[in-house]
Amino acid sequence: MNRPLTLFDKVWNRHEILQGADGASLLWVDRHLVHEGSHHAFRKLDERGLTVAEPSLTFGVVDHYAPTRSRDRITDPDIRRMISTLTDNTQRHGIRCFGLNDPAQGIVHVVGPEQGLTLPGLLINCGDSHTSTHGAFGAIAFGIGATEVAHVLATQTVWQTRPKGMRIRIEGALGPGVGAKDIALGWIADLGSDGARGHAIEYAGPVVEALSMEGRMTLCNLSIEGGARCGMIAADAVTLNYLKGRPFAPRDAGWDEAAETWLDLASDKDAKFDREVVLDAAAIAPVVTWGTSPEDAVPITGRVPTPGNESENAGIRDAIDYMGLTPGRPLAGTPVDQVFIGSCTNARIEDLRAAAAVLSGRHAKVPGIVSPGSALVKAQAEQEGLDRIFIEAGLDWVASGCSMCVGMNGDTVAPGKRCASTTNRNFKGRQGKGARTHLMSPAMVAAAAVHGALADVRPLLEGRDWA
Amino acid sequence: MSGWSTHKGRAVALPIDNIDTDQLIPARFMSAPRSDGYGQYLLHDLRDTLPDMSGASILIAGRNFGCGSSREAAIYALVDFGIRAVLAPGFGDIFAANAVNNGLLPARCSPDALRRLAGHMPGNLAIDLKGRKIELGETSLSFDLDPVWQQKLIEGWDDIDLTGQHSRSIDAFGEAYMRKTPWAIPAPEAHQ
Repeated sequence: MNRPLTLFDKVWNRHEILQGADGASLLWVDRHLVHEGSHHAFRKLDERGLTVAEPSLTFGVVDHYAPTRSRDRITDPDIRRMISTLTDNTQRHGIRCFGLNDPAQGIVHVVGPEQGLTLPGLLINCGDSHTSTHGAFGAIAFGIGATEVAHVLATQTVWQTRPKGMRIRIEGALGPGVGAKDIALGWIADLGSDGARGHAIEYAGPVVEALSMEGRMTLCNLSIEGGARCGMIAADAVTLNYLKGRPFAPRDAGWDEAAETWLDLASDKDAKFDREVVLDAAAIAPVVTWGTSPEDAVPITGRVPTPGNESENAGIRDAIDYMGLTPGRPLAGTPVDQVFIGSCTNARIEDLRAAAAVLSGRHAKVPGIVSPGSALVKAQAEQEGLDRIFIEAGLDWVASGCSMCVGMNGDTVAPGKRCASTTNRNFKGRQGKGARTHLMSPAMVAAAAVHGALADVRPLLEGRDWA
Repeated sequence: MSGWSTHKGRAVALPIDNIDTDQLIPARFMSAPRSDGYGQYLLHDLRDTLPDMSGASILIAGRNFGCGSSREAAIYALVDFGIRAVLAPGFGDIFAANAVNNGLLPARCSPDALRRLAGHMPGNLAIDLKGRKIELGETSLSFDLDPVWQQKLIEGWDDIDLTGQHSRSIDAFGEAYMRKTPWAIPAPEAHQ
């Protein structure tokens, strides 16, 4: 009998063209997604007089610099240039690009799945670390730098050494107001922001099986924040239901054949992982971050840590200082200046529904932006009346893009201001120079908006439908 | 890119954990063309709080250096500033791969050894890439580096050139793969 294989092994093996004497593998790339930041890679290609090997497997998306307001008159020349450089490069090389005015434009990690470009069993690359998102479909998906982007453009292949395997099983059932974001920040706090370095994670267990595709994408998206090379979840009926009928997904007989293959890619029963981690869902509470790394996460019922004077606590002291917090104080009740709901982590329809379930009939005490993950998510939300809930609560309902997660489009948090945010990184200066970011789920951001302060969302959900 | 096997230079200690790529180069500088030189942006918003780095070509850093975004601009900032090697207990995976693609050494050392070394900084260090050793006067310590990356740095190899030698294997693989796995090819776009 053959050695039992993991989901990761099975997908990897299907893509291995050859293995060098030194152990690195040359892998076939099924989908290559490019964005405005890929300009360095296109320049490298031009300098060498190379063309794109497989333009039909390459897709462009305008997201990092996409203005969320007044798209028809972009005044910042840098932003205009970054966007036109991508549209020029993709046009020149015959690549389908979801440009600013495309009805399906959005954040690359929302658009890929939504369009059925992301499929189980594929190998997907993009010059963006949150490419791990696409692993939610049972694909191997990882971010690469500009030199590797140029390599994939030129050859449709990528060199990789095989990472170790790690399985995170989540047992039990989640409580109300607790979701994928809380699971992710929870394990990263336990294991550290480099806890999964060098590993491909497979998420499994009853809680993962019960998650929607949106929740699975949030979980896989944040794999990189725990240092993992990628995150994956085996395809099942939830995956197939999501994908069927998507614009680029297989159809008719091709669909049946594909679906059968995809389900067979699940890890064999006795497959061995280099590392196994088991979490108890019942022990997970809504989580917020207090510091400047995603590992600085605690339940909302927790406190800002109290560092000692030892030199190894210098980092904690520095983070508390940057965040303008007081050691030992409860996190709940910390006033915020603004909120942000958006990003490749938490801007899909279910995320917007979760935030709206809290905000419905309530008012935000602080200003904020809601930026849907794509134009299609925006249209669906408007059809469901979610936009009215956000607007009536006093928040701005804007167009789709990376927006205030990374601030490249000019949506930034001012120095010293505190933002409750559904994004993925609370790094110093991430949302703008001197900005103070607290990461949390969409429902928790909605709670922060209602209270004007960090708050436990659970009391606000009493008597309401929790998605 | 030219290869290298030894380097002597001035080292500075930045004993801070989790220096992420947003700190190495804030996002607002990333639309600049490389020809402008990215060294001016290195750790731009943190400079006032850091030791003087002028003339340094080696950094001694904390845990998880280069975590975060895949931006190769973080490497451009280091390289354009004149940095040739970073010594740390560990690196973000994507950062380390990007570093090697630009001739920058990401050397993994034990936290204890780095702490001892940092006590002597700023100072001059010698790096022996072939022997995977760092020398401070008479003492030396070893570092870890993936052997694939070690060879790439020494030879100054470029992946596109290397892969070019395998173009026939790639073509054959691609053809067979698409025949066997038709569903992996995007279907003609259907409008919803």
